[in-house]
Amino acid sequence: MSRIGVAFGEGPILIPYITAGDPSQESTIEYVEALVKGGAKIIELGLPFSEPIADGPIIQEAINRSLEAGMNPKKFFELVSLMNCNVPVVVMTYYNIIYQYGEVPVESFVTDAIKHGVDGMIIPDLPVEEAEEILKICEGREIDLIFIVAPTTRDQRIEKIMGKISGFVYVQARLGITGVQKDVSQSTYESLERLKGYDIPKAVGFGVSNANQAAEIVRSGADGVIAGSVFVDIIQRGDANAVQLLEDKARELVRGIDEGIENNKS
Amino acid sequence: MISTKFGKYGGQYVPEVLMPAISELTFAYEEYVTKNKDGFMDDFFTRLKDFGGRPTPLYKAERLSERYGREIYLKREDLLHGGAHKLNNALGQCLLAKYMGKERIIAETGAGQHGTATAMAASYLGLDCEIYMGKKDINRQRLNVFRMEINGARVNPVERGSGTLKEAINETMRDWSKSVDTTHYVIGSVVGPHPFPKMVRDFQSVISQEAREQIQTEVGRLPDSVVACAGGGSNAMGAFYNFLQDEGVKLIAVEAGGKGIESVSESKIAHHSASLVAGREGVLHGARTKILQDRDGQIVESHSISAGLDYAGVGPELAYLVDEGQIIPEIVKDEEAIKAFFLLSEMEGIIPALETSHALGYLENQMGEDLGEIVIVNLSGRGDKDVETVIEESHRLGVKHQTMERIERRI
Repeated sequence: MSRIGVAFGEGPILIPYITAGDPSQESTIEYVEALVKGGAKIIELGLPFSEPIADGPIIQEAINRSLEAGMNPKKFFELVSLMNCNVPVVVMTYYNIIYQYGEVPVESFVTDAIKHGVDGMIIPDLPVEEAEEILKICEGREIDLIFIVAPTTRDQRIEKIMGKISGFVYVQARLGITGVQKDVSQSTYESLERLKGYDIPKAVGFGVSNANQAAEIVRSGADGVIAGSVFVDIIQRGDANAVQLLEDKARELVRGIDEGIENNKS
Repeated sequence: MISTKFGKYGGQYVPEVLMPAISELTFAYEEYVTKNKDGFMDDFFTRLKDFGGRPTPLYKAERLSERYGREIYLKREDLLHGGAHKLNNALGQCLLAKYMGKERIIAETGAGQHGTATAMAASYLGLDCEIYMGKKDINRQRLNVFRMEINGARVNPVERGSGTLKEAINETMRDWSKSVDTTHYVIGSVVGPHPFPKMVRDFQSVISQEAREQIQTEVGRLPDSVVACAGGGSNAMGAFYNFLQDEGVKLIAVEAGGKGIESVSESKIAHHSASLVAGREGVLHGARTKILQDRDGQIVESHSISAGLDYAGVGPELAYLVDEGQIIPEIVKDEEAIKAFFLLSEMEGIIPALETSHALGYLENQMGEDLGEIVIVNLSGRGDKDVETVIEESHRLGVKHQTMERIERRI
């Protein structure tokens, strides 16, 4: 079982997202430590691309700050090595970045990702139809390729995606782009229902910002809660105690997750 | 099923949330456009004629012909309703949206030509319409912004990044991923995920369908070359498509050379928009194509005096045809385009769009390729929208031209 699979073995978990290098490499290391301390079991780390079409304003701004501070794939891999955190790391980036890296398109990126301790990849502009190239390269190697299931994804496509996926399935909670929302959308319940028969961890993201949502998502049968914009927003505000605020927010969401588990048991 | 690719180019690199909509659109494209289901294409051509004013003339530019010692024919897309070739595509897609039962239209626009064409078509067909446009483009194309609003469209300014076409496309895609159920995205060029590049090409290919017949009626044979400007490449693909089968016809795509392609900097800026000449294979806005990007794969800001050519990517089919040697890519710089703008205006009584002026500028320089005796230039649009820009930029660049002397004397 991959490190990601093991992480899900501990029960429903929190997966925070932040953008690497926002606003600096050093701060990312501190932030990740705080998130892990707050109870994160997998870290999703954004490797910035200049045209993030799947991301909302909060993460777009983070990507801009990171690019302006000079983040690039080489530095990203160095950063992952330096972090030395004991939870799995998933890189989220767009396909062009993976394609352009190194000597051999895609192959070089995957090789260096594994070498530096990246456990999985989420590529929001790579639907299964275009994934043959990277799937072939990942075959038999220690890296998971995570696909997104959207509210618009119906049974036939789900089957196709489940045939290619590894690690976990990223359940997109609502239409649109990333961002902060207050409630849990109807489509979350529907997507989880559609995915019921598949033996792979299901993590719900897009718009998760508070403990109640986290609890509700776990109650609906999810194995993981992904939250990004709510953390990136803390980083953006740049308060002196940002590290503490990140840890607190993670703890709050983990508390929500635990509540959800309790409800499920009773 | 029709292939989603052109060789290694093209494809469907889009977020999962859009894939069902893309599949639905692909199905509609195959049925209505390629198989004329319910007489869709007949309806389209009738409307192009009645609403759009097709066919557009193929006009022999006598004085230009004399100047260059060749027969220069202009395919007058500037005379299409709205003043540019853009309506061919906008009308086709809006009509398709209607056949598909969509109620709302969204579109990006650079120069505003596609936005105005879409606003016109949407208003004509009774569809709601929202246009995304970069802040910088809104400032340099004010007239077109008003035209869109007058036709009932809402124009949403995009402030991010350089505030040009690239950001407008990003924002329209984001809107679409929230609104796919009710909304059709009318993409403005032969770019984006399949089926857009093929569908837009099919709607625009009416240009070469007409021109190929017209030139044979006029001179009894095919042209030696066809010249068109290329940003995203829709007027070029439209002007070339029906000549691809004709081996003796040279097809020349003229890109915006801006301040010159030699002046590429390491950082985030290219001083041109020549993706076919200077771009590298990559993935942008849903397709694998030739792109202006830095070493890491970050897309760089392109530059052209012409907003409609100012784009870091290009249609995947053009990238493919350039690799295959079927299309020859060339560049014309800002200043050369301005001179061609003045030249056509003075010699033929036609004010061309700045985009089109790049194709015309190529005639003046005739770099590299021998154009032969009979040349068709796709006069893709009229230049009223560009008059202010041309005067300001000429002044700034110190362009020496008698038109400028006349204007400056008066001022």
